[in-house]
Amino acid sequence: MNSIISDIRETARQLLADGKVDVVIGYEKGSLPLKATPCFVRSPQDADKLIWDETCENNLAAFATKTAGKKAIVAKGCDSRALVVLMQENQLVKDDLYVIGVSCQGVIDKKKIEAETGEILEAIIAEGKLSVKGIACDKEFNFIDVKDATCQTCRYPNPVIEDIHIGGSVEVPQQTVAFADVIEMENRTDSERQAYFQEQMKKCIRCYACRNACPMCYCSECFVDCNSPKWLTGGVDRAENLLFQAGRVLHLAGRCVDCGACSRACPQGVDIRALNRKLTKDVSEMYHHEAGISEEVKPALNVYSADDPEAFLVKE
Amino acid sequence: MKISKEKFGQSFDALTADYQIIAPIADVNGVNYQVVKNFSEVKQDYLNSKLPPKSFLFPQHEKLLSYKKEGKDVIVKNELKVGKTVLFGIRPCDAKGMLLLDKVFKNDAYTDPYYFERRDNTVVIGVACNKIAPTCFCSSMGISPSSSEGSDIFLIDLGDSYQVEAVTEKGKAIAASLVELVELTTEEQAQVDTIKNAQTTSKVDVATITSKLGTMFNHAYWDTLQEKCIGCNACSFSCPTCHCFDISEEVRKNEGTRVRTWDGCMSPLFTLHGSGHNPRNKHEARWRQRMMHKFNYFVQNNGDIACVGCGRCIKSCPVNLDIRQAIDGVNKAELVVE
Repeated sequence: MNSIISDIRETARQLLADGKVDVVIGYEKGSLPLKATPCFVRSPQDADKLIWDETCENNLAAFATKTAGKKAIVAKGCDSRALVVLMQENQLVKDDLYVIGVSCQGVIDKKKIEAETGEILEAIIAEGKLSVKGIACDKEFNFIDVKDATCQTCRYPNPVIEDIHIGGSVEVPQQTVAFADVIEMENRTDSERQAYFQEQMKKCIRCYACRNACPMCYCSECFVDCNSPKWLTGGVDRAENLLFQAGRVLHLAGRCVDCGACSRACPQGVDIRALNRKLTKDVSEMYHHEAGISEEVKPALNVYSADDPEAFLVKE
Repeated sequence: MKISKEKFGQSFDALTADYQIIAPIADVNGVNYQVVKNFSEVKQDYLNSKLPPKSFLFPQHEKLLSYKKEGKDVIVKNELKVGKTVLFGIRPCDAKGMLLLDKVFKNDAYTDPYYFERRDNTVVIGVACNKIAPTCFCSSMGISPSSSEGSDIFLIDLGDSYQVEAVTEKGKAIAASLVELVELTTEEQAQVDTIKNAQTTSKVDVATITSKLGTMFNHAYWDTLQEKCIGCNACSFSCPTCHCFDISEEVRKNEGTRVRTWDGCMSPLFTLHGSGHNPRNKHEARWRQRMMHKFNYFVQNNGDIACVGCGRCIKSCPVNLDIRQAIDGVNKAELVVE
């Protein structure tokens, strides 16, 4: 067991024993190889369930708003950014929250591995390498090659807020070109982009795993569930699926912390993040805003600025 | 009896003249059932499809009827259009799943014409599983990786040929069109025996789950079981036996359609009444319903557990809420005497 795990456990144990929190939200080992699962620790003796590794892929901030009482949350950089946005949007009270910050090396994209090995039977992660026994074949991977796409462009591996920091920090990678993936998409022709997103939307089964895995999707009634008026039928066709995704993305403009939880949750492998990233880039360029990187910076859509790109808003 | 895959392929291609054939193919999203025109398109070595074939009998979005107001009259049009279909390459879990869906859509009072029009026009060609996924637990659910139950014809893949078993009258009619059926060699018979003896290694104990659940309506277990669930419907939509649906109207001016769409018990909207009251307002109650429906109510109503052990819900769950652990949890839950 590495020291990060033992420190997380010890912190959780102390917080619960001292009555500082009612629950610690972290990760425990999942039932499938390379899969961690969220867990809710309520007694000091249960703290030994907690783990930390490259399989801790869920954004635990999604549980923060749903879990009653004072809670401690094991938070990666992206989880902490989500917590900041949730506090800015008055969904969380700081006094009820204890952030156990852990710097993150990135999480594993299981789909990438399974595309080569078939269903994963066993896997060992050690020193930047993964030895995977698959139903089709066995293979060794470099972690860097099977890191989730989100983590490959992540600039916030270290928590932006925390009450305690566990382990060391991770050096922030310098990007040669910011939003290279979005620029690549922007450079495609309209018909190429349309074809790409039609292909993606064809896969969507409207299970709403993306929406429900997202910490920012906390509306008590989502527009797709509203039946008076009824915006969507609930059916699955490319147009409806795209309308759902486009509606969600627009709602996340300036709020998305680019954690990739939506894409990882999708059982159908829809590239949801491609839409979110475009909005993230647009908000970054137009409003010079990145969601959740500081408690002091006001959300993009909550501020007035004389630099607003919409000229009619700043007319004297 | 067996048939070479080459000869089988010829018969398969010939069937496309009379039948729409749905078979597993490899697409951008793994293996899924789709319309095929040629046997060469069919994916042979697959564990199971990503999504179950239930949507070919019970589509996710289905027009039930359309209507139009003309003067004082309302013209109603039945939208059901069904042709003869072959579902090829169906795994034993999914074939059993269809038998369970049959029980849902037909009871003493009502037979669903939309489902049964498709069902009656469908021939199921099942194929035994030569490889078993670690998430498969069909053997615990009274099925097996080589069970022919629910198939009209059942095949065992022997590499270059299939062992063929005509299970039902429907299957016998199709089997009669297969040419050059020959006897198995001794080695092939041994291969068949090995496949037939295989069981899933992952096991769950459902021996007493139905009666146990009957005592657990008010149990603290539901509070903890559901906690990490994010309430999506990835499990229901990838389940071969989940069948809950919603019926709604899509109206524009003087015309409209009545549609049926899949729904799922994890969604709060699922049980929301017009009054605003929601009898399953808490997620705990929704997870209780999921377990109760599959392992208690369905057994009471239809005599079977509504789970076939395909493992898709385990694979598709974003938070790894594993139904096998949920079942173990029920088994281990302490009984509370009220």
